[in-house]
Amino acid sequence: MPQQLNRLAIVFVILIGSLIGARHYLVPKTFGALGHYRAAAIEANAAKPLVYAGHEACEMCHSDVVKTHDNAHHKSVACEVCHGAQAAHVESPTDHKPPAPRQRAFCPLCHAYDASRPTGFPQIDPVSHNPGRPCISCHNPHAPVPPHTPQECSACHGEIARTKALSQHAGLPCTTCHKVEEKHKISPPLSTPSKPQNREFCGQCHGKEAKAAAEIARVDMSTHGERYVCWQCHYAHSPEAK
Amino acid sequence: MSTEPNRAPDGPGSPEEVSQDRRDFLKQCMAAAPLLLTCVCVAEAAAAGATDESYKPEEHYYGMGIDVNKCIGCGRCADACKTENNVPREPFYFRTWVERYVLTTEGETVVTSPNGGIDGFPSSISEKGILRTFFVPKLCNHCANPPCVQVCPVGATFITRDGVVLVDKDYCIGCRYCIQACPYGARFLHPVTHTAEKCTFCYHRVVQGKVPACVEVCPTGARIFGDVRTRSSPLARFTRFNEIQVLKPQLNTEPKVYYANLDGEVR
Repeated sequence: MPQQLNRLAIVFVILIGSLIGARHYLVPKTFGALGHYRAAAIEANAAKPLVYAGHEACEMCHSDVVKTHDNAHHKSVACEVCHGAQAAHVESPTDHKPPAPRQRAFCPLCHAYDASRPTGFPQIDPVSHNPGRPCISCHNPHAPVPPHTPQECSACHGEIARTKALSQHAGLPCTTCHKVEEKHKISPPLSTPSKPQNREFCGQCHGKEAKAAAEIARVDMSTHGERYVCWQCHYAHSPEAK
Repeated sequence: MSTEPNRAPDGPGSPEEVSQDRRDFLKQCMAAAPLLLTCVCVAEAAAAGATDESYKPEEHYYGMGIDVNKCIGCGRCADACKTENNVPREPFYFRTWVERYVLTTEGETVVTSPNGGIDGFPSSISEKGILRTFFVPKLCNHCANPPCVQVCPVGATFITRDGVVLVDKDYCIGCRYCIQACPYGARFLHPVTHTAEKCTFCYHRVVQGKVPACVEVCPTGARIFGDVRTRSSPLARFTRFNEIQVLKPQLNTEPKVYYANLDGEVR
């Protein structure tokens, strides 16, 4: 073999050797184990401490409050929404006491009137709504109830009320089809309003022989979709038939 | 003459006795091997970390559902996210935030997000001429085909096996390529560490079986977290029962944050 080739071979061997050495020292240990990244970074991300304990942790000790809370309007509001992050309290209950927001500014974060909020969400105008008084002097935050029972269904069911107002059924009060107990207005989840159960209910107005105003749309109940109940095809809050 | 030859067979030093001892010893070793091996394995598993034993990333594939109709714009999610993940409090750094959309009758769309919605939204907007208005919570979409991962020159951002896009902050060089590449503006450069930061779906909570902090504190249940593929998960139910849209579908990033009741004007 010519001498110059030998020299070249030696240079190449040194270069490749140093490359392998550099790779060994410079590429992190777990790089490439799972993909084009350091697998150890997953553990680093997972190892961070908790700050929010989660409502399950609260429920272990505070069962009495949870019982009240879970049957009231705020049941979907987790404890730490109002009481702040409490993993530290779970660790040592005596050293870290959870704060309770008693000032007036806190509740309007959710309940101040804002046109962008979904219709039906309970909202007040913080300027004119009993100015100067903390919210908790009238409302129990664990089981909030409006001091005055709303008279109209639309106070809470605004979306349905607006749809119905533009429909053929606009003239019908909600109670035509739904039986509502007084309890529903005070504690809605404990008493849900009734709904029509059968075709004959709609037939009272829409059947051929029904004693109702002449301009109401009529169908022959014996031949019109007899295998179905009416609300499988028609939405009673916005019926499409003219 | 001496007792030596008689004692030798009984003595511990005799060749026959030694070979018997060795055989016994080897036999005992063979018997004890499985036990020893188990001990070593258990010790290794314990050293590997407590999360590895119960949590199997291959069994999950995470996503988030957001019901725009339920969001009241209280900003508790953005606030909780900063607390949980130690995000700087300055109003430029958000892992999640809430935007208010106001669509006017003139066809104009105004989007605002003062401090990410944490302090609420000033309700000074005039209600005249509003066609529609609503809140849209935003966060990293944890794309299945993420541009940020594609452009990272060092492999410091990646998708885990459970479908979460994470940043390796010890390996990130702070070049900001990923921040530019993200079409959703979901990344920022941490002002102290000078590394890229983003939503992790609260990965440290998720591996413990908890939901992300923003989902925990959402008072109306507008955010739903869970497995995309498990049919019984809350998220799979949510995607079945609602008409689902994602942000910027035309970019083919395949986001895993699913919006219900999303207005066509939302970008």
